[in-house]
Amino acid sequence: MAATEIARQAGEGVRSVPLSGHVGFDSMPDQLVNKSVSQGFCFNILCVGETGLGKSTLMDTLFNTKFEGEPTTHNQPGVQLKSNTYELQESNVRLKLTMVNTVGFGDQINKEDSYKSIVEFIDTQFEAYLQEELKIRRTLHSYHDSRIHACLYFIAPTGHSLKSLDLVTMKKLDSKVNIIPIIAKSDAISKSELAKFKIKITSELVSNGVQIYQFPTDDETVAEINSTMNGHLPFAVVGSTEEVKIGNKMVKARQYPWGTVQVENESHCDFVKLREMLIRVNMEDLREQTHTRHYELYRRCKLEEMGFKDTDPDSKPFSLQETYEAKRNEFMGELQKKEEEMRQMFVQRVKEKEAELKEAEKELHEKFDRLKKLHQDEKKKLEDKKKSLEEELNAFKQRKTATELLQSQAQQAGGSTTLKRDKERKK
Amino acid sequence: MLFKVAQQKNLEGYVGFANLPNQVYRKSVKRGFEFTLMVVGESGLGKSTLINSLFLTDLYSGEYPGPSHRIKKTVQVEQSKVLIKEGGVQLLLTIVDTPGFGDAVDNSNCWQPVIDHIDSKFEDYLNAESRVNRRQMPDSRVHCCLYFIAPSGHGLKPLDIEFMKRLHEKVNIIPLIAKADTLTPEECQQFKKQIMREIQEHKIKIYEFPETDDEEENKLVKKIKDRLPLAVVGSNTIIEVNGKRVRGRQYPWGVAEVENSEHCDFTILRNMLIRTHMQDLKDVTNNVHYENYRSRKLAAVTYNGVDNNKSKGQLTKLDTVEGMSPLAQMEEERREHVAKMKKMEMEMEQVFEMKVKEKIQKLKDSEAELQRRHEHMKKNLEAQHKELEEKRRQYEEEKVNWEAQQRVMEQAKLDASRTLEKNKKKGKIF
Repeated sequence: MAATEIARQAGEGVRSVPLSGHVGFDSMPDQLVNKSVSQGFCFNILCVGETGLGKSTLMDTLFNTKFEGEPTTHNQPGVQLKSNTYELQESNVRLKLTMVNTVGFGDQINKEDSYKSIVEFIDTQFEAYLQEELKIRRTLHSYHDSRIHACLYFIAPTGHSLKSLDLVTMKKLDSKVNIIPIIAKSDAISKSELAKFKIKITSELVSNGVQIYQFPTDDETVAEINSTMNGHLPFAVVGSTEEVKIGNKMVKARQYPWGTVQVENESHCDFVKLREMLIRVNMEDLREQTHTRHYELYRRCKLEEMGFKDTDPDSKPFSLQETYEAKRNEFMGELQKKEEEMRQMFVQRVKEKEAELKEAEKELHEKFDRLKKLHQDEKKKLEDKKKSLEEELNAFKQRKTATELLQSQAQQAGGSTTLKRDKERKK
Repeated sequence: MLFKVAQQKNLEGYVGFANLPNQVYRKSVKRGFEFTLMVVGESGLGKSTLINSLFLTDLYSGEYPGPSHRIKKTVQVEQSKVLIKEGGVQLLLTIVDTPGFGDAVDNSNCWQPVIDHIDSKFEDYLNAESRVNRRQMPDSRVHCCLYFIAPSGHGLKPLDIEFMKRLHEKVNIIPLIAKADTLTPEECQQFKKQIMREIQEHKIKIYEFPETDDEEENKLVKKIKDRLPLAVVGSNTIIEVNGKRVRGRQYPWGVAEVENSEHCDFTILRNMLIRTHMQDLKDVTNNVHYENYRSRKLAAVTYNGVDNNKSKGQLTKLDTVEGMSPLAQMEEERREHVAKMKKMEMEMEQVFEMKVKEKIQKLKDSEAELQRRHEHMKKNLEAQHKELEEKRRQYEEEKVNWEAQQRVMEQAKLDASRTLEKNKKKGKIF
C-alpha cells in the first residue's frame, strides 16, 4: 500500500509491526466521517462575472434550487459583493452553502478598480479567520468558516479570447482563491468555435501566468477522472431552471426554434462535468487547498507585514512567547519614542515662539525708543524756539523800554525846550 | 459583513454533495492517522501486556522491553513509535510509558516528568502552529492516558489520587483496574464503586464519553459508564479453550479469557479506545486540553505585557486582555496610545496657545501703554507749540504795532523838526 503522509512524516526510524488479528482502528476514517457529518459541512462559492452572464441561473441549476435575488441592472456605480447563506440537505449530509455574487462587475466605464472590492472581500474573510486563530480564547472547531473555497469565473462567450478585464482580475485572484474559469452561456458558441475558444483561453491564461485550480491527481482513486477533466477546462456551461419534455422525461433545458439545449446532456455542454468536479469529487479538496495554500499564504504575508519572523527556520522551533514579548517591547519603545518626539517638538515650538515674542518685544521697545528720541528732539527744538522767542521778547522789551525812556527824556527835553521857547517868547 | 441568517432550502433534484463524506474518507485514508497513548502505573501491573493485547502485536517484546524492565533511578518518560496497518488504514501509534513511576520509596513529584512531557508536546504544537512559515504539523500531543490502578480491592492510593488530580486537566485520563483476574466479580464491583466515589469526591475529571443524537449509541454509552473504571486483563499467550484459540491466562482452576466480557472489561476498553472513540479522544485533546494550555500560555505573555505597561506609568484596560489575541491587543493599545497622544497634543496646544495669547496680550498692552504715553507727550508738545505760536504772534503783533507807532512818532518828529527848520529858516524862530 502506498505510504501515507503520516508514514512519510514519521520517517525512517519507525518500525512497522504486524498485527496478529483484527484490532479495529480501520474504523478511524469512519469515526472521522461521522464526526464531520454530525458537525455539518460548509462551502463558500464566489461567482465573478459581468452582469447578465447567467451566474444566478447557473447556481440555481447546480444546486437544484431557487436561490434569492432579482436580476441586477447595469448601472451599478461600483462592484459590490452580495452574499447569501443557505442550509441544504442531501440524504444525511447537511451543507451550509454561502454564495457570493459580484454585482456590477464590468459595468463601469473605468474598470481599473473592479477587482479591488473582490480582493478586499476575500482578504476580509481570511483576516476574520486569522483573528479568530490568534485569539487567546478561541473556538476554531465551531467557527463558521467564511473563506471562499471556490471562485467560478464567468467568461463571456465571445468566441475570440479573454477580455483584458478577465485577465487582470484573474491574475489578482489566482493566489488568493481557487479559480475555476467557465464559459458562460455557451449555447451561443458552435462546437468548432468552442474548441478554438477553449484553446485560446487556456493559452492566454498560461502566457499571462494565471494559475487556475487544477483538479488533484495525487489520489489514485480519482487521479484518472481528474486529469481527464483538467483537459476539458474551461468548462462551457449552460444554465436553466426551466424544464422541457424530451421523450417522456422532463429535463432542464433551453428551448430555441432550432432545437433544445439540454443542460445535463454532456454532448450539449459541460454542465455535468462542472457539477461532478466541483461538488461530487473535489469539494473537499477545494476546501483543503483554500486552508492549506491560500490561507497560509495570506497568513504568512500578514504576519511578515507586522514584523513577525521565524527566528530559526529549520532547526530550533521559535518561542511564540519570546517573539510576542520582543514585539511588544519594540512596540512600547516605539510608542515611548513617539511621545518623546512630540514633547520635543513642543519644547522646540515654545522656544521658537518665545524667541519670536522677544523679538517683537525688542522691536516694540526700539520703536518707542526712537519715538522717544524724536520726541526729545522735538522738545529740544521747542525749547530752542522758546528760548529764541524769549530773547526776542526781551530784546524788544529792552528796545521798547529804551525807546520809551528816550522818548520820555526827549519829551522832557522837548518840554524844557518848549519851556525855554516859551520862556524866550515871553521875554 | 459576513452572514445573514441561513435559509433552509429544499433540493429539487440530485446535486451530489452527499458524496462529501466519501471525499473526506478518501482524503483521511490517504493522509493516514496518528495516535499517542500514554500508560502510567507502578511496575508489574501488566501495562505492556495490555498494550500488546490491545493492538494484537508485540509492541513490547524481548527486543523492545516494556517499562517495568527498564526502571531507572528516576522516573523517565519514554516513547515508542510503531506503524501499523489494517484494512488500508495506516496508523502511526506512539506509546508513551513511564518506567519507574510509583516504584520508589519516596514518590513525591513522580508525576512531574509526566506533566512536563505533556506540556512539552503542547509547547511543540503551539510553536509549530505559531510559526510564520507553517508546514504540516505532526501531532505528537498525548491523546489518552491509561492509568493503571493496583487491584488492592480497597480504594485508590494517595498516589493515584494525586496523579489524577494533577493531570485531569491536561490529558484524557482513563483509569483501569489492572490484573482484574485477582478480583472476584463482587469484589470488583465494590472496588469500582469505591473508586468512582473517591473520584467524584476529589472532583477528578476522567474522560467522559460524549452523548450522541443516536438512541442506540447512547444506550451503549450508558452501559460503559456503569462499568467504569474498566477492569482489564491482558495476555501475550494464546490458549485453546473449547476448541477456540483465545488470548488468556491459564490457571490451575481455569482460563481467564481476555476477550470474554464476563471475565473482564477488556473488549469494552478496546472497542471504546480504538474502534469508536479514538477520534473523539483526539478531538477533546485538541479542542479542550490543548486550548486550555494555549490560552494560559498566551495570557501569560500578555499579562507580562500589562505589567510592563504599569511600570512605565501607562494605563491598560485589563479587560481587553480577555479573549483577544496578542496582536489584536497590540492594535488596541496602539489605538489607545494614538488617542492618548492626540489628547496630549491637544492639551499641549491649548496650553501653548494660552501662553502665547497671554504674552501677546501683554505685549499689546505695553504697546498700547507706550503709545498712549507717546500720544500724551505729543499732545503736550503740540500744546506747548501752540502756546509758543500764540505768544509769538502776540509779540509780533505788538512789535508791529509798536514799530508802526514808533514810525508814526518818528515821522511826526521828523515832520515837526522839518517844520521847525523851515520856520527857523524863515526866521521866525530866533
